[in-house]
Amino acid sequence: MTDVAINHVPRKRSIPFAQEGLGALAIIALGAVGYFLFPDDLAFLTRLIGIAFLVLSLDLVTGYCGIATLGHAAQFGVAAYAAGIACVRGVTDPIALLAVGVVAGTLMGLISGALIARFRGLPQLVLSIAVGQLVAALANKLQWLTGGSDGLSGIAPGKVFGIFNFDIYSRTAFLFSLAILVVVFVVLSRFVRSPFGLLCRGIKDDDLRARMIGVAVYPRLVIMYGVAGAVAGVGGALTAISTGVVGLDSVGFERSAEVLVMLVLGGAGHLWGALAGALIFQIFEHIVSAANPFHWMMLVGLLLILIVVFAPRGLIEPVLMLVRRTAGKGRPS
Amino acid sequence: MTDLLEARSISRTFGGLHVANNVSFALKPGDRVALIGPNGAGKTTLVNLITGDITPSSGRFLMGGEDITGESIPGRVRRGLVRTFQTTRLFQNLTVADNVALAIMQRLRITRRFFSSATEHPDVRAEWSRLLARLGLARLAYRKVSELAYGQQRLIELAIGVALKPKVLLLDEPAAGVPHDEAPRILDAINQLPADIAVLMIEHDMDLVFKFATRVLVLAAGRLIFEGSPKDVTADHEVRRAYLGSYADARRIP
Repeated sequence: MTDVAINHVPRKRSIPFAQEGLGALAIIALGAVGYFLFPDDLAFLTRLIGIAFLVLSLDLVTGYCGIATLGHAAQFGVAAYAAGIACVRGVTDPIALLAVGVVAGTLMGLISGALIARFRGLPQLVLSIAVGQLVAALANKLQWLTGGSDGLSGIAPGKVFGIFNFDIYSRTAFLFSLAILVVVFVVLSRFVRSPFGLLCRGIKDDDLRARMIGVAVYPRLVIMYGVAGAVAGVGGALTAISTGVVGLDSVGFERSAEVLVMLVLGGAGHLWGALAGALIFQIFEHIVSAANPFHWMMLVGLLLILIVVFAPRGLIEPVLMLVRRTAGKGRPS
Repeated sequence: MTDLLEARSISRTFGGLHVANNVSFALKPGDRVALIGPNGAGKTTLVNLITGDITPSSGRFLMGGEDITGESIPGRVRRGLVRTFQTTRLFQNLTVADNVALAIMQRLRITRRFFSSATEHPDVRAEWSRLLARLGLARLAYRKVSELAYGQQRLIELAIGVALKPKVLLLDEPAAGVPHDEAPRILDAINQLPADIAVLMIEHDMDLVFKFATRVLVLAAGRLIFEGSPKDVTADHEVRRAYLGSYADARRIP
């Protein structure tokens, strides 16, 4: 009696906003651990959060849309420079600087997307590198604006909401960044499960099929790139605000490659994967580089090889499978 | 009555090879047309030409009297021109429900929404739920497509086509690879399509052609060599020659 036709499909049980709420709580809990257990490392943890935005942003285009890119730092860097320049020229309100970063990141995302999403496969990858290099070269050449290879310094943001001063221990910067991360993560968890997010996952699977259900693929990818640019922009602006300097490394190829590694490590196609990758890679790097300043890159390489061999789809995949299996047991079949 | 779809002297060459040679036909509301022909006759190429996947070297396509020759693939779909694929092309990493829901949401222009939940739209849910139940796929709604048997994937391919509510539906061998006992489900689903749409089906199985078609087009070497009722097709001299001359499996024509 396996072939009895069921004429309705049972609804999947789900509590509205449960995922978003859990996500927010988990990030706050992790943040609390960092804040109370590692009060001396808050500057590092703040930087970590800044990069986490970039990994999340990369996840949107690579993990959700299947776009291969090695130039994603462009969005981050342009936003960092925009926020930094705005701050040096007199806009000191952190929220306003954040907005400047978001706008700059979005614009850069739309421009990159308009170029990169036209192509597929290797040409796409090469083009993404070219866009990244172009932005890096510009940042270097426009010395009067960006400070060139000396970097842009003297970024001194005002108080958050006019109350909280950026202190030397990075407490304000850390909490500010954490709060923004919670907001962005909640919005993104909603976004990736929206009809638009689902469609992007479909495009990643088979873009001809998507066109054959009437989807104009290219504009959707450009829009997604714009959203990703906004997220990267948040990270860039926060990094500029919290560190007070913007250097050429923030637009460089190495940054782009590093965040791709973090994403693959954590698991592309899941927001949690992006966060886990950013967290684990940077903490590992931080600890190992302090313990062994000469051979730490070797250890990082070794870790990567181990993870790719034993968890090729990222560290988050086995965890999610476990969650699914326990959830599946609870459901009547 | 205006034709839903009209092909006017469509030709296409690849190198020196005529894959479509001066093909003209029209589909009217309610038409159930079978497109048959020996292997390599250019049947799938013709479907690719109609959907805009390949552009014709010469000739025009019209829908409802309007020229759509220069229209993009998604533009044609939005006008109601929908196809299924001979080898399934589905969103392999999405669930069955999401595959069909995407088609429905695209039709309803919901895929532009950024913050509503993709799974909680009640109208969309009701529609895919009904559609999957009709095709006997309700049990599989939350399974990933890549986990399913090929025959079941064929049904989903059809479900997506139906979900788009086409005016013209092009079915490229919808029953190919479907286990024999599930094939009636495909025909059932086709028979339940709205009467006023036009359906063009490529099919080798002559049993299915006779059950389905009111008109048959025969394509050989890129040329339409016959258009008429299923009854007459078997008697036609040229059709027999086309099949016997280049097609070993001629016994399929009874």
